[in-house]
Amino acid sequence: MSVEVRLPTLLRPAAEGAASVSLDGSTVGDVLRALVSSYPSLTGQVLTEDGSLHKFVNVYLNDDDVRYLDKLETKVTDTDVLSILPAVAGG
Amino acid sequence: MARYQNVLDLIGNTPLVDVSSLSPNPGARILVKLEGVNPGGSVKDRIALSLIEDAEKRGLLEPGATLIEPSSGNTGIGLALVCRVRGYHLKVVLPANVSIERRQLLEIFGAEIIESPGSEGSNGAVRMAQAIAEEHPEWTFLYQYGNPANPRAHYEGTGPEIWRDCPEITHFVAGLGTSGTLLGVGRYLKEQNPEVQVWAVEPPTGAMVDGLRNLDDGYVPPIFAEWGGEELLDRKTLVSPEDSILGTRRLLEAGIFAGISSGAALAGAQRCAAQIESGTIVIVSADGGWKYLSTGAWTDDIEVVAERARKVIYF
Repeated sequence: MSVEVRLPTLLRPAAEGAASVSLDGSTVGDVLRALVSSYPSLTGQVLTEDGSLHKFVNVYLNDDDVRYLDKLETKVTDTDVLSILPAVAGG
Repeated sequence: MARYQNVLDLIGNTPLVDVSSLSPNPGARILVKLEGVNPGGSVKDRIALSLIEDAEKRGLLEPGATLIEPSSGNTGIGLALVCRVRGYHLKVVLPANVSIERRQLLEIFGAEIIESPGSEGSNGAVRMAQAIAEEHPEWTFLYQYGNPANPRAHYEGTGPEIWRDCPEITHFVAGLGTSGTLLGVGRYLKEQNPEVQVWAVEPPTGAMVDGLRNLDDGYVPPIFAEWGGEELLDRKTLVSPEDSILGTRRLLEAGIFAGISSGAALAGAQRCAAQIESGTIVIVSADGGWKYLSTGAWTDDIEVVAERARKVIYF
């Protein structure tokens, strides 16, 4: 299962400049772990040392924040797009 | 009653309008709460008054006091209005990439603008205001992102108004800025009926935050955790600038001239309507369209406007 992962500008240098990469996995967690193992300098940026989502990162499966789906256990299929975005306030 | 002692008494009690003609599902009604009718022109008038009255009660504001606050615009405008009436001085840390009208309104109401780098978005404005507040302990820092008087304004005002006017509500959809509206209204509605679903709508951050150096520059308002945001929200959905602009134009079909984040809220409600069998969805229109005329949202080609919207903070 190959999923497109879109990276925010600030993470691209750690991924050899790529704006999006294609990675295998059947859950959001699988895909993010595959991302970090492909680009080790992302360690600690997307996932924390204990393997949970970084508090200042939001991951969207298509348009939905995975924190309000099944978090890292959320299932993915190969037409899905995962977008990683930094947490930003408004107001 | 249509006679008031003071313009601040006009804040709140906003109308709820049925826009079900814009729903993709005949079984799902959509109603929009028009916060643009507040005297400062946005939902933020509510929290501006709440933050200042709370600070007054706690003895934090001497007559003629100076306040400092980071804002992408609307909270600043609301505070500027209240400060003008109450005789306080306001300094607003404002990202450079907000619409010109937001800046003009702040100036008209007499606020002093301190510009923060546009490429750091609101996160950069928050950081700069925190640093300035530390250097100037003589100024009052109300800190909308961490002050419980923000969600409380919605828990005590916006939420009860929606419940009074629409007790059949099944879904509440609003934009996520400070998270105050979603937290206060969401908590109140779930206390009345735990079945009510609360959906947050967010714009993609894109070019607005290219200046962030790493994810540790990210920001989640402290009130979000303090009020149990992650447990309270049922869904959070991302709405692109294109869909926000399209939503803004659709609202006009119902005669509603609203800001771009209202278009995003409508897009979120339409998504919600398409996923449910039946229900009643209430959305918040945070402000009117006046402050976005310069973005060409209603007149220019959608691609052109969306590209422009990518660079302007509209939440």
